[in-house]
This record gives sequence, C-alpha cells and structure tokens, in this order.
Amino acid sequence: MKKFVLTLVLALALVLSACGAPATEAPVATEAPAEVPAATEAPAATEPPAAPAEPFRVAVVMPSAINDLAFSQSMYDALVRIQEEMGGPEAFEFVYSEGMFVVDDAAAAIRDYATQGYDLVIAHGSQYGSSLQEIAPDFPETSFAWGTTADTFGQPNIFAYEAASQEGGYVNGVLAATLSQSAVIGVVGPIETGDAKLYVDGFGAGVAATNPDVTVNVNYIGSFSDVALASEAATTHISAGADVLTGTAQMVVGAIGKAEENNALWFGTQSNQSSLAPSIVVASQVYHWEVTLREIIALINEGTLGGTSFKANLANGGEVIEFNPDYALSDEAKALAETTIQGIIDGTIKITLP
Amino acid sequence: MISDLFSVTVLIGILASGIRLATPYLYAAIGETFSQKSGVLNLGVEGQMLLGAFAAFYVALSTGSLWLGMLTAMIVGALMGLAMAYVTVNLHAQQGISGIGFYLFGLGMSDLLFQKLMGNVETVKGFPKIYIPGLSDIPGIGEIFFSQNILVYGAYLLVPLAWFVLNKTTLGLKIRSVGENPDAADSLGVSVARIRYFTIILGGVLSGIAGASLSIALLNVFQQNMTSGLGFIAVALVYFGGWRPVGVLGGALLFSLINSLQLWIQVLGIPIPSDIAVMMPYVLTILVLVATVSRVRSPSALSKPFEREN
Amino acid sequence: MRSRLNALFDALLPVLATLAALGVGAVMLLILKVNPIEAYAALWDGAFGSSNAFAETLVKATPLLLVALGICISFRGDVINIGGEGQMIIGAILATWVGLTFTGLPGWLVVTISLVAGFLGGAIWGGIPGVLKAYFSVNEILSTVMMNAIAVQLMNFLLRGPMIDPSQAELASKIPQTARLLDAFRLPRLAPTRLHLGALIAVILAIAVYILLWRTTLGYRIRAVGQNPNASRYAGIKVQRYMVLALLLSGAFAGLAGATQVFGVNYRMITDGSSSGFTGSAGFNGIVAALFGQLHPLWSIPASILFGALLVGANKMQRVVQVPSALVIALNGLVVVFVVSSEILRKRRQRRRLADARQEDETPPPTESGESQIKQAETGA
Repeated sequence: MKKFVLTLVLALALVLSACGAPATEAPVATEAPAEVPAATEAPAATEPPAAPAEPFRVAVVMPSAINDLAFSQSMYDALVRIQEEMGGPEAFEFVYSEGMFVVDDAAAAIRDYATQGYDLVIAHGSQYGSSLQEIAPDFPETSFAWGTTADTFGQPNIFAYEAASQEGGYVNGVLAATLSQSAVIGVVGPIETGDAKLYVDGFGAGVAATNPDVTVNVNYIGSFSDVALASEAATTHISAGADVLTGTAQMVVGAIGKAEENNALWFGTQSNQSSLAPSIVVASQVYHWEVTLREIIALINEGTLGGTSFKANLANGGEVIEFNPDYALSDEAKALAETTIQGIIDGTIKITLP
Repeated sequence: MISDLFSVTVLIGILASGIRLATPYLYAAIGETFSQKSGVLNLGVEGQMLLGAFAAFYVALSTGSLWLGMLTAMIVGALMGLAMAYVTVNLHAQQGISGIGFYLFGLGMSDLLFQKLMGNVETVKGFPKIYIPGLSDIPGIGEIFFSQNILVYGAYLLVPLAWFVLNKTTLGLKIRSVGENPDAADSLGVSVARIRYFTIILGGVLSGIAGASLSIALLNVFQQNMTSGLGFIAVALVYFGGWRPVGVLGGALLFSLINSLQLWIQVLGIPIPSDIAVMMPYVLTILVLVATVSRVRSPSALSKPFEREN
Repeated sequence: MRSRLNALFDALLPVLATLAALGVGAVMLLILKVNPIEAYAALWDGAFGSSNAFAETLVKATPLLLVALGICISFRGDVINIGGEGQMIIGAILATWVGLTFTGLPGWLVVTISLVAGFLGGAIWGGIPGVLKAYFSVNEILSTVMMNAIAVQLMNFLLRGPMIDPSQAELASKIPQTARLLDAFRLPRLAPTRLHLGALIAVILAIAVYILLWRTTLGYRIRAVGQNPNASRYAGIKVQRYMVLALLLSGAFAGLAGATQVFGVNYRMITDGSSSGFTGSAGFNGIVAALFGQLHPLWSIPASILFGALLVGANKMQRVVQVPSALVIALNGLVVVFVVSSEILRKRRQRRRLADARQEDETPPPTESGESQIKQAETGA
C-alpha cells in the first residue's frame, strides 16, 4: 500500500516539480507572469527584429482544413489576398489553427492567441460563439471576430460577420431552374443548420421563383465529413431524375464527381469548385471575406474594437458568383444571372425563406 | 409519397447504391474477419483505409496508373498491418488500444501527406464501370449487379473466396485453430505468430483496398478523414456476420441498403427529420441482430495475446 | 528500496514511452522543416508552462479520467465499451435538459440533479448494449459503435429542434445549440482559471471506483465475471446481470463526463454535427487513458493528466510552430502505440517479481483524497 502511494506521489511530483506551476487550488500563484514572455517568444522569433512598423497581426481558428474547397478555405484565401494587398508579411501577418472541430480546443486556441496579443482573433465557425462570449471580456484590448452570425453579444470588442448565402443560393437556383431539362434538381447538404441551411433555402427560393414546376429534392446526410454518403446522395438524386445538382460544405467533393460521371450540372458554394469538374460546374458562389476583413481592420486601426456586425453579400462584393470559364453558359442564361444579381443588390428581388 | 418508395426506379436505385455502398465495408470487414478468426481484434481499420485511400489516390494521380495506385494502397495497408502485427504479436500489446493508436496515426498521417504532397482537393479518373456483356442489358438486374466498377465486383468475389480459404483449406484450419485454441495449435506445430502475422497483414491489405475502392473507384477524390467512421462500422459488421464471410456480406448489404433507403426517403420528401433518417441504418442493424438472436461464439482467443507457456 | 525503484520505473513507463514516441515525432518535424526543440518546448509550455496551462491540462484530463473510470470497470468485467462518445452525449443531453428546465430551483440543487441525470443518461446508453449483450448476444463492440452514431444524430435532432436556443430559433441561420445555463448553475471554479469542480469530483470518484472494484462484493463479482465467467457461473454469480452492470456503470461515468463538460466548461450544448465536436473524442481517448493507467482507477489519474497534457500541449505546438493539426493527430497515435507496446516491459518485470513473492493487494488509504496527494507531491518537490 505504501509503495503505491509513494510511487503515485513520485510520479505526480515529477510532473509538478518540472513545470513549477501551482497545482489546482494552491493560492500561491506567483509564477503567473512567466507565461507571457514564454508564450510570445516563439512567433516573434520568426519576424525580423527591427521591422519599420508593427505588422497587423491576425490569428484565425477554423473548424476544417485550409484546403477544404469550402468554408475554411474561403477564409484562408481571403487572408492571403489581404496580405498581398497590404504588402506582404511585413505589414500583415497571420497565423491559423485549422481542424479545430473540437469546440473546447478552439476555445483554448482563441484564448491563447488573445494572450499573445494579436490585434484580431477570428473565430471562424458559428459553434465558437459561446466560447468567445466567455473569453472576449477578459481581453478588452483585443478585437475578436465571430462568423458566421450577426450576434456581437453587445460586447465592444466582438465583430460579427456572416454571409447572406441565401443570395448566392438564390442566383444559383434561378440558373439551375433555367438549365434543368428534367425539371428535377438535387441538393446535398450536411446538417440542416447555419450557413448550409441558408444556402439551401435560398437555392430553393430561387428555383421556385423561376419555375414553380421544378422539383427540388433536398438531402441532408447528417455529416460534414462523409464523402461516400454525399456521393451516394448525389447518385440517388440522379436516379430520381435530377440533371442539376448543388450542395454545400466540404464533403460535397464526393458529390461533384458523381454529377460529372452522369453529366449533371453542378452549382458550387463557399469556394470556387470549378477545378474539380471543369466540364459541369456552372458557377460557384464564392465568399470574399476580405471585403468584411478590410472594414474590420480599418475600424481596429481607428480604435474601434468591435460592436458591429457585417454581412457579406452580393451588393458589397463579399459574395461573388464566379462563373466557370470552361463551361459554355449561354449568353441568355448569363444575362438572367446578372439581372438576378442586380435585382438582389437593388432590392427588387426579395428572398423569402421558409 | 411513401408509395413512391415502391416504384421500380426507386427499388433499382436503392439496390444499386446499396451494392456500391457495401463495397468498402466488404473489403475491410472480410479482412477484419481473417484477423479476428486468428484471435486478433484490429480497431485500426479506419486508419489503414485512410492511408490506403490516400496512397492509391496520390499514386494514381501522379503516375496515371490506377493499378499502380491499387498496388501502393495494398503495400501501405500491408505495412500498417505489419506494424500492428509486431506490436500485438511480439510485444503482446493490448489489441484494442493499439488499434486505436494505429487509427489515430492513419487519420493524421493520411491528412498530413495529403496537405504536404497535394495541398488541394483534386479528382482523378477512377476505375470505369464495366458492363458485363449480355447481363448488363437485363432490365433492372443489369443496372444493379452488372454495371459496376471492377472493385465492386472484386468485393463480392472476395466473399466466396474468403469462405473457401477459411473453411476448406489447411491455412483456414490453422487460422481458426489459432483463434480458438492457440496453445493446442502451438503444440501441434502451428506457428501462432506466423499465422497471426499473416492474417493481420492480409487485413491491412484488404483495408488498403477498401480505401482505394473509395478514392479511385467509387468517389475518385481524396479528402481528410474521408472514411468518416466507415472503418469502425466495418469492424462492427464482423460481429454482425458472426465471423462468417457470408454473414459479413449480409450485414454490409443490410446496413448499406438501409442507408440508401434513407437517402431515398429524404429525396422523395417523406416528412421525417433528416437526422432521424440518417439514424435508421444504425438502429435497424441492431434491431435485426436482436430479432435474429443467433448464438455465434466469438473465437475463444479473440483479443488475447498468445504467450507460450514454458 | 529495490521494489520501490521497480514500482517507480513501472509508473514512469508510460512517460518514457511517450518520450520515445515524441522522438519519432521529432524526425517527422525535421522532415517538415520545423525545429523539434522549439516545437516540443511549445508543447511543454502549452501543457505545463504556467498555472493557466496546467489548469487547461487538468480541464482536458477531467472527462478523460471520468471515461477512464468507466473503462476500468467494464474492462475488468471483460466487456469492451467503445461507446463512450455516445454515452457522453446522452448524459450531457439529459443533464442540460434538467439545467434548462428547473430554472427556479437553487443552483447547488440543480447542478446536483443535473450531474445525476448525466450519470443516468450515460447509464441508459451503456445499459442498452449491456442488455443486448447479456440477453440477446449482440456483441458490445457492434452495439456501442452503432449507438455512438445514433447518439450523434439524436443530438443533432434535439439541438436543431426541440432543444434549440430560443434566440437562435428566430434567426435564419439557426445555430444548433441549446440556450445557455444560468450563471448559478455553473460548476464552481477551483482557481482563477477554467479548472472546475468536475476535476475534484473525478478524483474523488476514482477513489470510489477503486473501493467499488476491490472492496465490495459487487466489484468482486464484476471482476470475477470478467476473469472467468464459467467459474463465476458455477459459483452462483448471475453472470448476465454483472455484464449489464459493468457496461451500465461504464456508460454512467462517461455520461457524467458529458454532463461536467456542459456544466463546467461550455455552459450549453452545441453541435458541429459530429460527436468529437462536443466530446473532444474523450470517449475514445478515455479508453487510452485507462490503459495508460493499467486499468486501475487511481493510476488512471496521472495517466489522464499525461494524456490531457499531450492533447493540450500538442494544440499549443500547432499554434506556435504552425504545423498542420494532422501531425498532432498522427503523433498522438504514435504515443498510444508506443505506450501500449511498452507494457511488455512492465509485464516481464512483474513476472520476474512474481516468481519471488505472491502478488500483494495494493490499497490506498481511503481517507486521503487525490487533492491532498497532489499537495504532498508539491511539498515533496
């Protein structure tokens, strides 16, 4: 018995003594300042020591990988574009944590970045909001941005951003209804919430407004990662007569291939998906978060750290319908798309969601 | 709307996609059947599949040869199996946990290689559908059974082959005896270690093919964590099948058919919440097993490391 | 003295194995053109570098330990519970429902009932595979894998619909989350960090599980059934009942882990569509932690801390040296493989010692809580 306690104690002692941290509820928290220099040292080492001006530093936490051809990539691409605009890493520096699908890990990452004194910490996922609400008040000097949502929790250092993905969905829907000859269209979604739901509902509204006789079959496969099921969902749509497909989130890469195999048309969203099947992708709604980021950065430079909510939409260029140059879209259809976009921008087209 | 489910198009659709969806499960679960028959529980199937899927895809993409991709997937699967065999046979490591370790390794490694070697999601022209002359023209049946790609056919041919090897060959006898009573097998001069190495590596190879069947035959794309839990379902199906290839086939088909049924239910707009529809294959697999209570005993030495008594 | 050194070596074996795995990881880092020393310094810093970092490690270790305790019970009863993910989810759902429904009651009471509800929720989700195994011979690996998936879809369904945050229900985007718990319903924090009472509960329960397994008839029977079901049957033990009980208890601890995540960390349930988004894969990782702790509830405490440290530190490493998160996952896999493989060294040494003396039963003093042991450790350092 003694042996057991001794070894347990020794094992713990080794761990504890080495880190020199006060355990659990020990009131002596004198070592606390040690964390700040230790934390900031590493990233600082990669920059030149005597940069002329402090670069604007951004950290972003994202749920999937930066190359997912969907949600996370849209943010990564935007940051790269901003960096180019502002003149490279000397002026604009960014770091990222990808694959942070564990909400709790994301919270730790957000807090850590805030501790390191980044000018802007972006929580790029609606599931991170709750954590941000906890963290932001502890770092009044740091600006946070949360997407995709409209809620800043009324806090002075949180910006909110979201995409009006129903707008691009609507445009895609209008085009899809025009191009479909079988009058059946299939949609592959992940789970029925958030950005995906907005897009799918907008798409349905676009189809209904153009040709109410076209059937839109929607399939939510219950996962953001099950490529096989997304692909089989696409096949199911095709068997059910669909000749035009669309879908949202990163697992749809499997569905695009099935559309190509069966010569069905595809409409993309979030990132430009033309590269996956150049012959059948008609257009993609692409998020250009840099439009929103530019505004946020400008506000921060003026000293405003939050409180505003932004919407990326067709009007402000935060959403762009990117046509696939390799797909021969008729001039008529293209003109229809342009009119629709214009209509949404000037408000003559109102999108009503269910 | 529910009556729509019983139209010919829908039934053909359900059966054809059920057959396809079952393919990766069959490869992986038959492989797992071999290793479990010899007494080794391998929970790392998912990791082996992911690495196999990536290897096949990357090699097929960069060399343009699908068969070279297949071969690489098999080699990668074999290497993962070899490592698993060393850890569980030589080092007597707890099998379930080592499997979880190999799963994590495969999950991370396939993604890491993907990011470093490719960087972007790309597509490849996978194995084409082979229309079996004559048979593929039969209405309905032809579309369901005789218009699939070669790896789909392979998966179904594997079932009788596995049955034959396990039940009708000396090798099969050795595998079973090692899984049932390794001490007795050992005393009869069967090398427990060698048999288990063989079955675990075979399992790895088949898991590699299972991955390849996704990345270069059925989906023709690679993405991080693209198997999404498929490997774990495959392990579960081994239990469903009671360690018999035919039973595994039944389980894989049941699960896949209900999955395609659930896709159709949503497509036809039958008002069931999508999450509840997605749940169906999992619930029904359990229920079917409960309803058909069959007392199949697991291999007695399953998940027990073998140590020669001195 | 020699026996103490032996025991120390055994205790440190997982640590040594982890270091060996990190050695292999260093090669991978070099290939990625990352300085391994810098990377591992960040890992250490992230796990132990400050009181806040260590608190994060303990926060991560808490659900691992709770799941591990359940795993100790089920593996001792020779049933394999890989349904921890689903059990955590169901426990969390039930606990959250209590927390959101009984808003008029005093905080301590609601928290208590909620944690009990979490325990029960997990018990149900673990008990079903138990019943299926004992009375319908449905293998528990099959049923727990399936029930993980069912739990995820159930969570998605509830969080999108019946349990959705009323403020989200009005928005078009409808983030699938519940309303936030009242501030009064949060588990108290133990320090000015995120460390919450759940950690202490887990440690106390570790001692309770130890007592259960080695000091009660119930525990004895669970272990007996696990070691030799046939002999147990002849001895008059109702084998099936203890099989169910082992899985039920195992699930209950996972359910409690889910509840403490909600009441101690997130203060609401939120889903990204997968199980790990909520659980952080603790339902799987807890199995690993239990095995690191040699399926012993008390050893599971340092084992969970070690594994929690690795997870927390690796995330920090990812941020500091900007390696892909995929490397971190692969590295965790290597650690698991190395640690289970290192077991052979301990077994060999144990066998050698067994030749000398009969194995003695190890007993920790029931009066000492884990907290005081940590305190002792501090003074010892």
